Amino acid sequence: MATLSPTAVKFPQTHHGGGEGAPPFYGGGGGDGRGGGSNSPDYGQRLRRARLGLVVGITPIVMLFVSFTSAYIVRQGLPTLDVRTSTYVHDWLPVHLPWVLLLVNTVILLVSSGTMEMARRQITRQAALAPVRSIPGVSLGEEKIFPWLPFTVVLGVAFLIGQWEAWQELAARGFYLATSASSSFVYLLTGMHAIHLLGGMLALLYAAITSLLNRPVEARRIVVDITAWYWHFMALLWIYIFALIEIAR
Amino acid sequence: MATPGVVHAHAAPQGFIRKYIFSLDHKVIGIQYYFLALAAVLVGMFLSLLMRIHLVWPTASIPLFGEIKPETYLTLLTMHGTIMVFFVLTTAPQSGFGNYFLPIQIGAPDMAFPTLNMLSFWTTFVAFVVMIAAFFVEGGAPLHGWTGYAPLSALPGAGPGEGLGADLWITSIAIFCAASLMGALNFITTVLDLRAKGMTMMRMPLTCWAWFITAILGLLAFGVLLAAGILLLMDRNLGTSFFVPGGLSVSGNLVKHSGGSPLLWQHLFWFFGHPEVYIAILPGMGVASQMLSTFSRKPIFGYKAMVYAMLSIGLLGFVVWGHHMFMSGMSPYSAFAFSIMTMAIGVPSAIKTFNWLGTIYKGRVRFDTPMLYAIGFVSLFVSGGLSGPFLAQPVLDIPLHDTYFVVGHFHLIMGVAAIFGMFAGTAYWFPKMFGRMMSESLGRIHFFITLAGTYAIFMPMHYLGLAGQTRRYSQFTEVHYMTQLIPVQRFMTYAAVITIGAQLIFVVNLFWSMFKGPKASDNPWEATTLEWTTATPPPHDNFGGHTPVVNHGPYEYSVPGAARDYTMQTDPATSTAH
Repeated sequence: MATLSPTAVKFPQTHHGGGEGAPPFYGGGGGDGRGGGSNSPDYGQRLRRARLGLVVGITPIVMLFVSFTSAYIVRQGLPTLDVRTSTYVHDWLPVHLPWVLLLVNTVILLVSSGTMEMARRQITRQAALAPVRSIPGVSLGEEKIFPWLPFTVVLGVAFLIGQWEAWQELAARGFYLATSASSSFVYLLTGMHAIHLLGGMLALLYAAITSLLNRPVEARRIVVDITAWYWHFMALLWIYIFALIEIAR
Repeated sequence: MATPGVVHAHAAPQGFIRKYIFSLDHKVIGIQYYFLALAAVLVGMFLSLLMRIHLVWPTASIPLFGEIKPETYLTLLTMHGTIMVFFVLTTAPQSGFGNYFLPIQIGAPDMAFPTLNMLSFWTTFVAFVVMIAAFFVEGGAPLHGWTGYAPLSALPGAGPGEGLGADLWITSIAIFCAASLMGALNFITTVLDLRAKGMTMMRMPLTCWAWFITAILGLLAFGVLLAAGILLLMDRNLGTSFFVPGGLSVSGNLVKHSGGSPLLWQHLFWFFGHPEVYIAILPGMGVASQMLSTFSRKPIFGYKAMVYAMLSIGLLGFVVWGHHMFMSGMSPYSAFAFSIMTMAIGVPSAIKTFNWLGTIYKGRVRFDTPMLYAIGFVSLFVSGGLSGPFLAQPVLDIPLHDTYFVVGHFHLIMGVAAIFGMFAGTAYWFPKMFGRMMSESLGRIHFFITLAGTYAIFMPMHYLGLAGQTRRYSQFTEVHYMTQLIPVQRFMTYAAVITIGAQLIFVVNLFWSMFKGPKASDNPWEATTLEWTTATPPPHDNFGGHTPVVNHGPYEYSVPGAARDYTMQTDPATSTAH
């Protein structure tokens, strides 16, 4: 399936598809998953598999935060027994969030999502053109390479520093982890999100290292592609968490 | 997900460590899981033996162990339950057999993400080591039961094992969750993306369907348990109050927590816990279906109905967690809803049972040991399942909940039925895994003793429960009305000693046959699915360089007009094929 001539013609078409960056499908015949017994790596199939794995892998993360959310909502409406007076009281203490700071963080994360997308499209283009470049005598004008990936990592670090600052600010306002159920949840949700974002940054570092190791661009593209979708998911998740702790507080 | 690790067809590894320890081969990983579960089941069984002995001879001094104190009894109970549920019932049927045979049965060279697969096993291994370590730390293992109800599990001072032991227990469970999620991710992607040409979803063997649905359940359930575990660890170590209510005092000291809800833990735990029951039993259902069809020489009765029944069992499994909490003072309206939904599970379960019976009916049944174990599975599933609708009703559950009735119920249906599924799977696939046959005569002896012994242990529990004997009590000799029931307990202990002793036959058979059993042919059972088309044991890439093409459904036995009474899935398509 990996013969050069038909695929080389196809690639610019998928690139022309633009926006969604549809993966070039190799050996899509029958859609039975595995293309032939050829030993040459089938990047289109690998990419599809990795994307499928990502979607499946995001599910338990969603379940994790669904659980936290349900606990949050339930706990918020729960009266607790005051042992001194033997009466039921509402002890939910609305947290005064440093929302300006959090808004800045949100913007940083959204911008990083944009740069991540640029990185994804850049490497998609490179991967699509790689087979054409390998044809002797074919030259395609040099493309300007902007370091979108390092840029994304820097923004990610900035976001995490901003979140840390927000924690400091919360503490300054008297809301520690164990102060009340509401502050526990705020620290829990932001902390768990930060941990998952850190996972995405490790993946980006991995992608950066593989680019130094002279791996084929098609293989690196898979890492960047699924990390990008994961990164977008992280941005969405953060907006959800921010909305939850800001609106339902 | 970070590392794509999508090695398409990795080269056969050289060297002992890459080949047998940190192997990427799903077959090696499957066997690793199997032996991990075997080690775990021996530990779990030993703990149950100690409990049985203590119940009947409370003052007896056990060699190397001393006298069992009430808190030690609770520790045994906790660790028995935890080890059995997580490291045996979840590990062997799904991760063990599933890892080995899912890719082969769908015609794939390996799992979708081999590196993740290896990581998943070694994470499970670490979880097991951490769990066992709880025995050896100060204060010993925890005593909060396998369900880890808060606040007992949330307060480090609440009992002898509730310090470091409980922290290790929760950490182990959390690690296990992560490992199971990796496994589930791999199973689902493999089924969706790696099926061979012609292997449509509706041509998959029911074993693959069972593993697939189990993986989906795991994917949705383990994240919730992980969330609960994180909250519990925070309550224990960071001073939060998610699960600990105010006003509690431990050893005379008022705890600092306030406002938490123990019920929140129960909701989160059982939202995981009930699907977990199906995670344990569904692979057994798949295995039983495979065997009943193969050894009756008949197609499975109602293949589609079987698939839809498993799907609906899986779906309903997520909306019935409240039936574990009828005792918690929930609103009768919620209890009613949970009750109705729970009893609805009886419908797909009955569909499965009748289809199994329909499969055997008028078949030319071969009573090889895998078939015996599969029949044993169906028998135990029915016996254990029939007490389910009783417990599903709040009005009956409230008096029965904390009695031996429940112990009998879940041991039959979730414990021993699933174990019989594993026995069946072992006897059936052993020739493919190790290239040799297991001893039929040892297998038969083991089957009959274990089946009779199982019923002798667990059936009387139902009567004890109806008579009001409470579970989790370490000693009945001091309570007047319960002393009259001691002879029944003594009978159960004798039965347990014999049954546990009989498991040695299985272990001996397993290891003896591995080295000394007669050589197996490629298809000793004359079965139809893909694992029987390849060499024994299968080569590194499963099919020796070529990819199977599937032309038939999974259970085409005794097809009219066919030359043999079984049509392999890879046989050339004929006009009579459907």
